[in-house]
Amino acid sequence: MKPPPFVHHAPRDVGETLEILAEAGPRGKVLAGGQSLIPMLNMRLAAPEHVIDINRLTELDTVEAGPGGVTVGALARHARVARAGVHPLLGQALRLVAHPVIRNRGTVVGSLAHADPAAELPAVLAVLGGSVRVARAGAAPRDVPAAEFFTGPMESALRPGELAVSAHFPALPPRTGTAFAEVSRRHGDYALAGVCAVVTLDGDLRVASARLACIGVGPVPLVVDLGADWKSAADAARERAEPDGDVHASAAYRLHLVGVLARKAAERAERTAREAAA
Amino acid sequence: MSTRLFGEPMPRREDPRLLTGQGRYLDDLGPGALAAAFVRSPHAHARIRDIDVSGALDVDGLVAVYTWEDLPERIGRPLPLLIPHPALTHGRTARPLARDVVRHVGEPVVMVVAEDRYLAEDACALIEVDYEVLEPVAGLEEAARGDRLVHADVPGNVGAHLVQEVPSAGGRSAADAIAAAPHTLSFRLDIERSASMPLEGRGVYARWDGADLRVYSSTQTSTSVRMAIAAALELPLPHVEVIAPDVGGGFGVKIVHPWPEELLVPWAAMLLGREVKWAEDRREHFVAAAHERGQVHRVRVGFDDEGRVLGLDVSILHDHGAYTPYGIIVPIVTSTQLLGPYRIGAYRVEFTAVYTNTVQVTPYRGAGRPQGVFCMERTMDKIARHLGKDRTEVRAANLIRPEEFPYDQGLTFQDGRPLVYDSGDYPEMLRMIKELIGWDSFERAPGRGIGIGCYVEGTGVGPYEGGHVQITSDGRVHVSTGLTSQGQGHETAFAQIAATELGVPVERVSVVTGDTRRFGYAVGTFASRAAVMSGNAIALACAEVRAKALRVAAAALEADPADLTVTDGLVHVVGAPSASIPLATVAVLANPLRYAFDEETARATQFAGAASPDRPPVEPGEEPGLEGRGYYSPIRSTFAAGMHAAVVETDPETAEIKVVRYAVVHDCGRLINPMIVEGQIHGGVAQGIGGALYERMAYDGDGQLLNASFMDFLMPYATEIPPIETGHLETPSPLNPLGIKGAGEAGVIPVSAVIASAVEDAEGISIDRMPLSPSDLFHLREGA
Amino acid sequence: MTDGRAASPHEITLVVNGVARRARVPGRRLLSDCLRHDLGLTGTHVGCEHGVCGCCTVLLDGEPVRSCLTLAVTVDGRDITTVEGLAGPGGLSPVQRAFAECHALQCGFCTPGFLCTVTALLREHPTPTDEQVTEGISGNLCRCTGYRNIVKAVHRAAELMAEES
Repeated sequence: MKPPPFVHHAPRDVGETLEILAEAGPRGKVLAGGQSLIPMLNMRLAAPEHVIDINRLTELDTVEAGPGGVTVGALARHARVARAGVHPLLGQALRLVAHPVIRNRGTVVGSLAHADPAAELPAVLAVLGGSVRVARAGAAPRDVPAAEFFTGPMESALRPGELAVSAHFPALPPRTGTAFAEVSRRHGDYALAGVCAVVTLDGDLRVASARLACIGVGPVPLVVDLGADWKSAADAARERAEPDGDVHASAAYRLHLVGVLARKAAERAERTAREAAA
Repeated sequence: MSTRLFGEPMPRREDPRLLTGQGRYLDDLGPGALAAAFVRSPHAHARIRDIDVSGALDVDGLVAVYTWEDLPERIGRPLPLLIPHPALTHGRTARPLARDVVRHVGEPVVMVVAEDRYLAEDACALIEVDYEVLEPVAGLEEAARGDRLVHADVPGNVGAHLVQEVPSAGGRSAADAIAAAPHTLSFRLDIERSASMPLEGRGVYARWDGADLRVYSSTQTSTSVRMAIAAALELPLPHVEVIAPDVGGGFGVKIVHPWPEELLVPWAAMLLGREVKWAEDRREHFVAAAHERGQVHRVRVGFDDEGRVLGLDVSILHDHGAYTPYGIIVPIVTSTQLLGPYRIGAYRVEFTAVYTNTVQVTPYRGAGRPQGVFCMERTMDKIARHLGKDRTEVRAANLIRPEEFPYDQGLTFQDGRPLVYDSGDYPEMLRMIKELIGWDSFERAPGRGIGIGCYVEGTGVGPYEGGHVQITSDGRVHVSTGLTSQGQGHETAFAQIAATELGVPVERVSVVTGDTRRFGYAVGTFASRAAVMSGNAIALACAEVRAKALRVAAAALEADPADLTVTDGLVHVVGAPSASIPLATVAVLANPLRYAFDEETARATQFAGAASPDRPPVEPGEEPGLEGRGYYSPIRSTFAAGMHAAVVETDPETAEIKVVRYAVVHDCGRLINPMIVEGQIHGGVAQGIGGALYERMAYDGDGQLLNASFMDFLMPYATEIPPIETGHLETPSPLNPLGIKGAGEAGVIPVSAVIASAVEDAEGISIDRMPLSPSDLFHLREGA
Repeated sequence: MTDGRAASPHEITLVVNGVARRARVPGRRLLSDCLRHDLGLTGTHVGCEHGVCGCCTVLLDGEPVRSCLTLAVTVDGRDITTVEGLAGPGGLSPVQRAFAECHALQCGFCTPGFLCTVTALLREHPTPTDEQVTEGISGNLCRCTGYRNIVKAVHRAAELMAEES
């Protein structure tokens, strides 16, 4: 289990990175934390001719929190973002990502770009309506909304030659609560199913809006907008989920589970929203 | 000076080196060796039409490529069938490299040798094998139907079929006893495949100097690997040495030998005149080593109103995978050890072992016992449920009583010897486990259940092990035994035995295992046998050395040997410690010398002593030096036992299963080192929980292993293992001088039965198939 | 652009256990292999090469990382601590001693990864709760011990460190 041969590039800045990426095109692959890419290389499931290692791009090792939300640079690792404590839902999700040692190395933007349908962070981006900033040589960066970024299992809107430079997680409105509920086989494994919920109360402390993003039950994070009807979480999630069965769980179980988790996440989010409003 | 000896929780000798990165595992050796890698079959069943290696020839650093056609006849023939048995009428083994047909994904087809493993894998990727894909036999029941064949010359895919029957005391057959019983039940029980999965894979490293071959292998039996290599490579045995270095876990899989790689790597090293090494990677280990556990059991039982079993009939379908290198040990063990601590009226057991196009099946810790115990303990629970009795009450009604030992179960065990239990106290053990878990005061609630499982384990199977003990003139004691170590702490436990038997400080004792340069006769480490077999052999060797030391010292002290003893390395007159002589000096005196090389040895030269001029310096029957050799060969196995209990909680919605308490009462006779024994139990329980709730080998209908990675083959982490409470009962074995029984496999054996019992209690649903995932439990609930 | 097979090796310097070590490695060389086979530090073990078992865990600038999921060239110039560097001049570290005392290792293959992980864990949480211990070691597989003695050893190491500081 050794990686196939490739040319290793270690650019010093984003400009140089984009030039190399442009030249490599589909033969190139970006290496950030490597916690997903290197296993694929070791198993020879991926064989890029060029690996563009962005670990020297300290300019991308950023976590910027502002009134509009949090922008996480492409080299910001899970552990660092978690420690920054800048976004409640992101924090809740990061605790569920693999194991602490993996989080020391893996990056938030890398997890998004990897686009695993059972991963937590794509769901967070999706439920918040966040975006990924994508750069390419000779063009202005573009912001891709989450709804367009995840295009299929392990597939994103990133095109050959492009670099995801940052991700933006919008701030929560006032009187908003969040929760992430999931079931995995072992602690730290990818979820069999998972649901994150965002619930916002109006001035009279009634639920004004509730949104879910479900993982492990479709090719991309499944966003369910419940409007004010947050109590319909379980049914709404089950209605739209299209899980597959695999060695770990049947499709029927996952469908059942996503309903249970949707209800739990919505209830927990509603509770925290009330606490936030109190 | 330490007095920590037999029975003490002495810290391990192994630890300082293993804690500092100074351990030497297989892939830590031979830094300059060439690396081997293998092209393995991607198909479960296929005919090889052509192999085109030309693509690989461009790889810089490629040294050699071998296919079956390149192998000499003695290497290319099918590998040995290690344990033949009359019932194994159609035993089949693989060739080191496939000749024409591949029978499981992962079967080796081409061997590549290159300057390093990266390059070897590059070359493998460029070799093209043209396969004609054949229909695979993937499932156990599909194999039993026999529509398609794994081996064209094995009709019905049946490798072995064996029936054993023990009539009741009144001479009734099981069928008659069941028919006449007041109550009968019949049901089916399934256990899926799992695997040993040590964290270090297999590995072989060989060097050849033109006359002598030295092979290192991550094996559970270096002596037998040595003989297998010598035979296959046609080398005189004295010119082959095999060493098991530090081994990163075995759990059964590394007892199999010779692996293809254990012959091919040394052969290539000789051919190339270069050191060659192969270190198995994880993906290879999943598809090219061995699995175990997969069996289907059909049980019929007849019992009386008290729950006493009057007749039991078990029919087993055993999945052998593609080959049978280790014979039919696993289903034999299931068949015999199924009976556990119980006296059963009449018993009939039948197994059919069938081939499938999957990785071969050989023993994994427990070796068929977890399946047998699952059958028996599920049976006990079902009887209790049927009669509305407490589950422990039904067990108590069936237990063998202490006064009934030795107890003959009337069957033939895996060593070909009668299945006779030597000692035990099962009622006391049941009392202890109930107390430890709080059985009688357990508060049942929805989603909360308690379970129990009991087992008896034949340990310390023969034929023999040996030990060599030498006291050198510096007073150090060198102990060696041929069997190997994979983490059991043998260097510590055997030193404790030797120190106790010899009367020397344990710090002066060193132990070597698994090195054929030091000890050539051995069987191996499996079947919970190392402590029983080598422990007793070393004790016997020590007795011989001690007797000689007393004879030599008696002459020097002008005393009667019968009046002497050894304390802290000094031989002295009992009750008169001032008249003493150190063992170091005894060692000098035991070796009459012509040449002195230091002051101490000057005492042993021809002109130094008071030896009689009328006697030879070495008396007839004596040997120079202070050393001894002992062999222990038991008439039959000694039987350890245990009872486990657990409390589980199940989530009413998500169907998650959590083990909240786990308790073990265990009897392995006299404990050499209770800390090590407890560690063995903990590890076994964790593997058992893995097997009960997480681990299975998931093959699809094409014979592809769907979860061949640690991402998807779910070995438990710390987060999945509950605290483990333990209690010890000691009924010494009357069969061996030290009174010990084996402990290595114990922890794993009843766990699936215990967890099934507890989940069934929590859910009120029959649990008849393990492992059990939340998804499985969800579907059981749906179907209930 | 050259293709992968023609790529020239990289000269890198790793500061391993306080000593600057130079190596010449291809871009694809895993840090685990570089430590083991280029620098001869075989205490770091390789159990899965896909980042799940944790045997290969080393400290990168003090933080535990998987050396099998790290390219050697990526960490050029960085500080690495392996199991060989955990003992101090006065002998075994408290974590190492606690593992021996609590029988927290059997075959020893996973042990270097646990030791590195636990060393960092106790730096962050000098008096960890049970939950912090379990979470902290939750990414390391052990097939021998059943983990309970490892958990015990982490607490014992915390005690030893407190006693000795």
